[in-house]
Amino acid sequence: MVTVVRDLGWLSLRFVEQLGSLARFAGSIGASLLTPPPRFGRFVDELFKLGVLSLIIICLCGTAVGAVLGLQGYNTLVRFGAADSLGAVVGLSLIRELAPVLTALLTTGRAGSATTAEIGTMVVTEQLDGLRMMSVDPVHYIVAPKALAMVVVMPLLSALFTVFGIFGGYLVGVRVMGLDGSTYLSSLDSAVDFENDVGGSLLKAVVFGVLIGLISTYRGFTTAPTSAGVSSATTSTVVVASVCILIFDYFITALWGV
Amino acid sequence: MPDARPAPDLHLVFDDVSMAFAARHVFDHLSFRFPPGRISVILGGSGSGKSTALRLIGGLIQPSGGRILVDGEDVTALSERQLYRVRAKLGMLFQSGALLDALTVFENVAFPLRQRTRLSGADIEARVRECLDAVGLTDADDLLPSQLSGGMVKRAALARAIVARPSILLCDEPFSGLDPISARRIEALLVEINGRFGMTVVVVSHDIASTMRMAAQVLVLLPDGAVEGSPEELRHSTDARVASFLNPDLDAALAGATQVEVAPGAAAW
Repeated sequence: MVTVVRDLGWLSLRFVEQLGSLARFAGSIGASLLTPPPRFGRFVDELFKLGVLSLIIICLCGTAVGAVLGLQGYNTLVRFGAADSLGAVVGLSLIRELAPVLTALLTTGRAGSATTAEIGTMVVTEQLDGLRMMSVDPVHYIVAPKALAMVVVMPLLSALFTVFGIFGGYLVGVRVMGLDGSTYLSSLDSAVDFENDVGGSLLKAVVFGVLIGLISTYRGFTTAPTSAGVSSATTSTVVVASVCILIFDYFITALWGV
Repeated sequence: MPDARPAPDLHLVFDDVSMAFAARHVFDHLSFRFPPGRISVILGGSGSGKSTALRLIGGLIQPSGGRILVDGEDVTALSERQLYRVRAKLGMLFQSGALLDALTVFENVAFPLRQRTRLSGADIEARVRECLDAVGLTDADDLLPSQLSGGMVKRAALARAIVARPSILLCDEPFSGLDPISARRIEALLVEINGRFGMTVVVVSHDIASTMRMAAQVLVLLPDGAVEGSPEELRHSTDARVASFLNPDLDAALAGATQVEVAPGAAAW
């Protein structure tokens, strides 16, 4: 019993310590973003790596998820004679929930893990110490542009996921199931409120972008300088970021009604 | 008007420095003055704290006690931002090279100048070309670090370490992992750089032969303390620890190590 309490205490202390360290790291990223010189070139490079290189996977997954939603939605709605509402069901599900969450999970797996592995490898090969010895702050040069790019890229990818999802639902509902195309689109148009639904969706995506950017850079930066350290940091990024995304998703929905 | 320049004897000083990682003591109460404008070598076996000493000078880690002076400033008392001012006087050649792997050799060598100075593009290019020529990498400027051999990585890293004309050059195991010819080439480069630019060079090494050839002053880190002296003084030292370090009886050392490893198993048998 004593051992259990002791272990629990140790885990709690470690959790609080990690949280404090993460908060300090977030503060140093914020300060770096306001400190000259601006790293515009590095930021654009990261936009390309995190955003442009994720386009194909986001478009493919968006279309697939939209198609499945269209199929499941049609088969369910048709039982209640409400097949005409398919556009609203597909659109609202995607915009309010699936697009930001699934985009965040996909981005964690593709870009978050790559970010951690890249920074972790720089720790192992002493590149971050090399920067420090050249009087260049690694948070300013490496970390801040990556974290900021993640925050900027997430709502854009999520919006793209939504568009391709609606397109996938249209393909199945209209082309396969024979629903009228204009009915699908007018149902979507009348059900979606731009400010509440689309604005809320983008807000969720931004919050998830902050989470992924922060967790992936922090785990990379604090990697143990061994090859096993890089692999464990990368795994930890995917697990921790995915769990945080789902937990934050619930609270954003519950508190802000998004 | 008072002279703002620090006294030469405060150029680079270890003053009663102790270092420990958790329960493991690396060294205790180490004091040493690195001669300005000369080559000093920190010599020692694996795990003796040689590289740790170099990282302490750069302020990358903090000692558990004592002061480290660089041009009279105690680096152990400075914040990370204040350290950047001191690090501008230091160039460091890391054991792995630590070149930025997304940049070409030219961009790596130009990096400190682009980040820290307001030199024009033409001036930077001239300075980088001069340094690449000095290390014999004139034709490798557009290669990425992943396309270089081990010796070329060290030479590119050396060019990057000296391009901003630091007053102190720190070299962590510059000869490790190199074939004898590449190692001699790096050694000759360090001697040439020291002569040409008058930099204070601190080399961490376990290579006794090269140390005896190039060093003005040597700090030997032994398991039970440190010994310092010129190569000549060490060669004629009456200290048995120094003599056995400089002329190791490898067979006896190996037999000793084997005995320690075998003993518990033998007892169980």
